[in-house]
Amino acid sequence: MTVRSLAKHGRSNRLRRRFADAFATGVIVLAAAIVLTPLVLVLAYLIGRGVGSLDLAFFTQLPAPAGEPGGGVAHAIVGTLELLVIASVIGLTIGIGTGVFVAEYPAHPLVPTVRLLSDALIGIPAIVMGLVAYALIVVPFHHFNGLSGGVSLGLIMIPYVVRATDEVMRLVPGTVREAGFALGLPRWRVIVSIVIPSAASGIITGAMLAMARVAGEAAPLLFTAFGNQYWNFDPLKPIAALPLVIYTYSISPYDSWHRIASASSLVLVVFVLLTTALTRFVFARRAR
Amino acid sequence: MDRPSTPASPSGPSAARRRLSKRTKGLLPAGDRLFDVVILLLASMILVITVLAGWVLLRGGGLALRTYGLGFLTGTTWDPVHQEFGALPFIVGTLATSFLALLLAVPLAVGAALFVSEYAPRIVAEPVSYLIELLAAIPSVVYGFWGIFVLAPVVRSIQIAIFLDPRLREIGFLSSTPTGLGLFTAVLILSVMIIPFTASVARDVLRLVPQDQREAAYALGATRWEVMRHAVLPYARAGILGGVLLSLGRALGETMAVTMVIGNRTAVVHSLFGQTATMASVIANEFTEANTPAHLSSLILVGLVLFLITILVNLVARVLIHRLTPEGIT
Repeated sequence: MTVRSLAKHGRSNRLRRRFADAFATGVIVLAAAIVLTPLVLVLAYLIGRGVGSLDLAFFTQLPAPAGEPGGGVAHAIVGTLELLVIASVIGLTIGIGTGVFVAEYPAHPLVPTVRLLSDALIGIPAIVMGLVAYALIVVPFHHFNGLSGGVSLGLIMIPYVVRATDEVMRLVPGTVREAGFALGLPRWRVIVSIVIPSAASGIITGAMLAMARVAGEAAPLLFTAFGNQYWNFDPLKPIAALPLVIYTYSISPYDSWHRIASASSLVLVVFVLLTTALTRFVFARRAR
Repeated sequence: MDRPSTPASPSGPSAARRRLSKRTKGLLPAGDRLFDVVILLLASMILVITVLAGWVLLRGGGLALRTYGLGFLTGTTWDPVHQEFGALPFIVGTLATSFLALLLAVPLAVGAALFVSEYAPRIVAEPVSYLIELLAAIPSVVYGFWGIFVLAPVVRSIQIAIFLDPRLREIGFLSSTPTGLGLFTAVLILSVMIIPFTASVARDVLRLVPQDQREAAYALGATRWEVMRHAVLPYARAGILGGVLLSLGRALGETMAVTMVIGNRTAVVHSLFGQTATMASVIANEFTEANTPAHLSSLILVGLVLFLITILVNLVARVLIHRLTPEGIT
């Protein structure tokens, strides 16, 4: 088929073929340029609008009343960190445990099912995980609370952590495990003291990447953590989060709130991009 | 339980260890057994979570399912005041935004993947491919924020231009109130958000195409584009399709950015610029305001539909990507 069509092309006008080739090259370069344009536009807009609003008050104060200038989102930055702690407890325990299972027990009959479900979980929209956390934790407590928000983020983290753990643990050579067995170590000691430490940097970066991913999630928090205008350290009460601030402030009519939203977006994007860059750096080093 | 072997050494070490453990009178396997149980418990949590999620959504949506039956999926009225709930406007909204976004995103993503893996020199390809991945790292709310303040005004001026043109304004498909918020704005944002998913899978798949495949075509005197069209792209087809489905899964469930720019009108959309809602956006927009059991239950049922659709789309995508490409090109 390929040969025949090439032969047919060979018979046709050489100039036209060369033109088609140049045209295709142009289109492909243009496509790459178009794909990168939004990234440049978004970052430029965030920097242009957000940097001016980043001051000490932004990081240390509570929001100013609607329409008044000044104020900050200190409560939301702390709230996001609280949510990430809760999310990590769930996401890292189950995620790393499952990753170890998938990578180190390849002959176990449950491995294909677990891997399939983990792949399926990655695709479930974050907002649906929010509904699940709502039904499981908000409904019994009768009010919105930070715990449910953290749990929803934790559920979203799990499959990413599983995949990262699985991938890096399989990079550890089998001979390293055999060396452990040759010393008479039981399987669990080989995994805990040899395989996991060798894969640690990869697991940690995978975990950080998963945390960066859920740090920017607002959808599942809308009806779980709910948001809060004040300080709150009690996980059984509503907690503020940076993505929620961006959402509610950018759909508000106040210009001062729009500025807070732009500064919050910038902070969130810088956090996420730094984590991603770090991950890439570590993985690139491992690959060599 | 039969002790599974390590990936690299099927029999040697574990046999040796069994002999060893016999000598130490079952001391070592006790630790092993505990570890096995803990790991198995953690891993089975994935199973528990998936089943629990499905069950919780089914239970929450039960009231709506009993009241409206399958007519829930075809009903066009969504009226919380009169307690009438049909999800068709959101199903149409989700399908319309997702497929239009794919239409825009897929050619660009495949083009960018070809650029990165086939056209650009390594020194350019590496940073470009990294920047494309960064597109996926920007949070959805941030895209929504940008959409409201940058993209919506641009779309609004397009709408006004259409409105001022006496011929264009008669076309129902283009008619709209020029707010800048609506289906078209959502499609633009969505396509930006899903491009990296198609592009990164396509890039990986293109790299797996054997070099012989290209060289054979070049040897026949093909130009670079002919090599791509006849030797490389057909070989990578199945994998690229997998990447497209992965993007579709993302687009179907994308929430915040869409909610912020789509206008949130609960009616079936008739115009490219019309204000509407998607399954995910209606949940985000109405859930905290829903104060009747029927309303809440209907929203959760919408969530269940979304849950089932996205699981299906993702599993098909995984199967396609895992199988990658058959040897022969058909």
